[in-house]
Amino acid sequence: MPAIDPVILFFILGALAGLARAELRLPAAIYEFVSTLLLLAIGLKGGVELARAGEGLPAVELAALLALGFGLPLPAFLAGRYLGRLSRADAASLAAHYGSVSVGTFAVLLSYLGTQGITYEARAPVWVVVLEVPAILAGILLARGIGGGIAWSPLLRELLLGRSIVLLLGGLAIGWISGPEGTASIQPLFFGLFKGILALFLLEMGLIAATQLAALRRNAVFLVLFGVLMPVASALVGTLLGRSIGLSPGGVLVLATLAASASYIAAPTAMRTAVPEANPALPLTASLAITFPFNIIVGIPLYQRLVEALVP
Amino acid sequence: MQEYKRRMVTIVTEAALERELVAELDALGARGFTITDARGKGSRGLRQSDWAQAGNIRVEVICDPELAERIADRVRERYYDHYAMIVFLQDVGVLREDKF
Repeated sequence: MPAIDPVILFFILGALAGLARAELRLPAAIYEFVSTLLLLAIGLKGGVELARAGEGLPAVELAALLALGFGLPLPAFLAGRYLGRLSRADAASLAAHYGSVSVGTFAVLLSYLGTQGITYEARAPVWVVVLEVPAILAGILLARGIGGGIAWSPLLRELLLGRSIVLLLGGLAIGWISGPEGTASIQPLFFGLFKGILALFLLEMGLIAATQLAALRRNAVFLVLFGVLMPVASALVGTLLGRSIGLSPGGVLVLATLAASASYIAAPTAMRTAVPEANPALPLTASLAITFPFNIIVGIPLYQRLVEALVP
Repeated sequence: MQEYKRRMVTIVTEAALERELVAELDALGARGFTITDARGKGSRGLRQSDWAQAGNIRVEVICDPELAERIADRVRERYYDHYAMIVFLQDVGVLREDKF
């Protein structure tokens, strides 16, 4: 059994401090800064690797990603509606959160893959970008139906120009244009300090998750079960899909983890304005306080077993 | 010192609404406003400012009484049902009549 990654211990520290109501709080600007660094670092790393490998995004892979992004919300919606007895708006919002992805989980996964020495497709950060938006659109459609009077163009603009997409794509472009040698001068900050930055990010995430856990009152049993079982089911779908399009085992693990992860930034913001009658605390609590910790502590090693068992 | 009477509308609401609210105020004809980050507690629970998604904002608009009324009516009608929001009005004295 490999020793637990110290970055995970930072998350646990934050969570325990939050639960104990310790006097601990990172300033909002620090959280913004740290998450900006992470997004840029992930983009840059992908861009540099892409420049080295010279690969693109195959059409079949793009189609599979879009199918995954638009498809995952449906079972999540049905589970919320019929097992959780949520209102249509609440179930749709939950579905949008769970179909979309979490960059924080992705960052922990990259750290895990690095520690374990597992290789994966260099274009994986592009998958994050492709998977972020479709599920949110699907969630809005599930809530409103087609032609439900949504002002799509400002919404799409906001989604496609969201912070994570702009920074990830921007980092990818800079890494790709500059290549391994060109980025040498900035690598100490973005690559050398990656795990330290991730540790700070996870400390804050632990605090946020603990605060969010306090909001877990109504539908608690359903949300806890959903928050654990939905990611496992999604990871299985991601694994089978990754295998069918011929990704490397490392790539399959990335896709499985992305499928399992739930959004807590893009989806809450978009759903809050597009489907205002949905209770924003419900999916956010499930995503932040249950699924995120589950994925980074238990989920990723579990999905690795899953991939080992299913991918030859 | 000459003081001119105006009304100040204060809206405390979810940070997620900022963009929409600004567009709304512009459309209604507000000539200026001030937005600050805020935190506090109300009927929708504790609202913190250390994380953008869960934060509140406080929007203040100083204008003539008629516009203040229209702003209050408009945001009440559009946001009260589904968002954490309080709106209140008060009399203020301004020094530059032409500015507000």
